[in-house]
Amino acid sequence: MSGGARTSQGGFWSVARAVAWRNVHNYFTNPAVIVPGLLFPMFFFAAFAGGLSRVDSVPGFEFQANYTAFVYGFVLLQASAFGGVFTGFSIARDFESGFSRRILLAAPRRAAMIVGYWAAALCRAAFTVAVVTAVALVAGMEVVGGGLDLLGMYTLALIANAVAALFGSGVAMRLRTMQAGPAMQVPVFLLLFLAPVWVPYDLLTGWVEAAAAINPVTLLLEAGRGFLGGDPTQVLPAFAVGLGLLVLAAVWAIGGLRSAERSSA
Amino acid sequence: MSAAFATQVGMLARRSVLRTLRQPAMVVPALLFPLMLLAVNSGGLQAATELPGFPADSYLDFVLAVCFVQGGLFAANSAGTNVSNDVETGFLSRLSLTPLRRVALLAGQLAGIVTLGLIQALTFLIVGLTAGAGIETGAAGALAIVVLALLISLGFGAIGAFVALRTGSGEAVQGVFPLMFAALFLSSMALPRDLIETDWFRTIATWNPVSYMLEGFRALIIQGWDGEALALGFACAGGVALAAIVGASSALRTRMTRT
Repeated sequence: MSGGARTSQGGFWSVARAVAWRNVHNYFTNPAVIVPGLLFPMFFFAAFAGGLSRVDSVPGFEFQANYTAFVYGFVLLQASAFGGVFTGFSIARDFESGFSRRILLAAPRRAAMIVGYWAAALCRAAFTVAVVTAVALVAGMEVVGGGLDLLGMYTLALIANAVAALFGSGVAMRLRTMQAGPAMQVPVFLLLFLAPVWVPYDLLTGWVEAAAAINPVTLLLEAGRGFLGGDPTQVLPAFAVGLGLLVLAAVWAIGGLRSAERSSA
Repeated sequence: MSAAFATQVGMLARRSVLRTLRQPAMVVPALLFPLMLLAVNSGGLQAATELPGFPADSYLDFVLAVCFVQGGLFAANSAGTNVSNDVETGFLSRLSLTPLRRVALLAGQLAGIVTLGLIQALTFLIVGLTAGAGIETGAAGALAIVVLALLISLGFGAIGAFVALRTGSGEAVQGVFPLMFAALFLSSMALPRDLIETDWFRTIATWNPVSYMLEGFRALIIQGWDGEALALGFACAGGVALAAIVGASSALRTRMTRT
C-alpha cells in the first residue's frame, strides 16, 4: 500500500471517529436530546405492553411468548430506527451551525462523515435498546428464542438502524436545515405504524392490512418476533429486504453527500 | 363586563386567533397526527373488539375519542409556544405598561387555542362519521362532544400557558409535551379500564383524569346518555381547566410584577 493511500485511509477513519465521537458526546451530555429519544420508546412500550396485554386472548392471536415480548419486538425496531432518524436531526443541526461545512473542507474522504454519523446512530440506538430491554425483562418479558435467534433479531434491528440513519443522512444533507425534521421522521413513523404493531398480520383488517402487506417493515417485524418467540419465520425474505433497503439507503445518503459538496463548492 | 374589558379581550383574542390560524405548522400537525393515529388504530386493533366485554363492535367508534384528547395535547403545545414567544419578544413587557387587565390578557391568549380546538373537534367528528363511526346520542351528543373537546383544549391550553409564563421559555414548553403525551398513553386510550389486565397500568389509568375524559366521549359515541360517565368526564376536564387557569393567572401576575 502506498503512503498516500495509507494517509487517506488513516484520514478516513480519523474523520469517521471524530464525527462519531462528537455526536455521541453531544447525545450523552444533552438531556434535551437524550430524554425524548428514551421516553418515546418507553411510552410506547408501557402503553402497549401494559394497556393492551389482554389483546393476546383474541381468537387467532398466535405467538409463542407473552404479549410483553410481542410488543418488545416492535419497540426494538422502533428504537433502532429512531436512533437513526434522530442522528439525521444532528446532521441537520451540524449543517446549520457550520460544523459540517468545515468538515467537508477538511476531510480527505468525505464519505467518512456518513460512516461517523452511522456509528453515532448505532451508539444511540444501542443505549435506548439496552434501557428498553432491561425494562422489558423487569416487566416480565418471556424470551423463548435461543442465542442464535436473538443474534438474528438484533442483527435485523441493526439493519433497521443503519437504514434509518442513512435515510436521515440523505435528507439532512440535501436540505441542510432542522426544518427538514418532519421529512425524516414522518416516513419512518408511517412505515413503522403501518406494520402489524399490536396484533399479528393475520388479525389486521381493512386498509391497514393492505398497507402492511406491501410494507417492508412487516417482514422485519414478523421475522424479529419469530426469533424472539423461538419460531423463526420469513428469515430469508426479511434479511433480503433489509439488505436491499440498506443498499438503497446508502445510495441515497451518498447522493445527499454529493449534494452537500456541490452546495459547499 | 365593562366595555373596556370586552374591548381588551376582543383585541387580544383576535390577535391570538389570527396568529394561530396563520401558522400552518401549528394547525396541520394538530389535525393530521390525531387522524393518523385514528386511521392506524382503527384498522390495527379491530381484532380487540372480539374480547369478551368490549363495549363496541367497531374499534373506530371506540378510538375516535382519542382524537379529541390528543388534539387537546397539541393545544397545550400551541398555547405554550405562543405565550413563550410573547415573553421572549417582550410583548408582555410592553403590555404591562398599559392598563390592561390580567384576566383579559389570559382570556385573549387562550381564545386562539379554543378556536383551534373547535376546528379540530369539527374535523375529527366529520372524518369519524365519514369513516363509518356512529354517534349513539345523535346530534345533541355531537354538540356535547364539541363542548367537552373545547373544555379539554382550554384546560390543556392553559397548562401550556402556565408553563410558558412560569419559565418564559419555548424549550421548556416543548419539554413538557412528552409528559402530556404520557398522560394520554397511560390512560384507557386503547382498551376499557376493566379489560386492562396489567395491575399497575390499570391503577395508573384509574387515577389518570384523561381516562375519564375519554370515557365521557365514549359514553356519547357508544353507550348513550350515561350520566355518571359524562359527569366524570366534564368534571375532570373542568377541574383541569380551572386549576390550569388559576395557575396561569398566578404565573402571569408574577411575571408582570417581575416586568
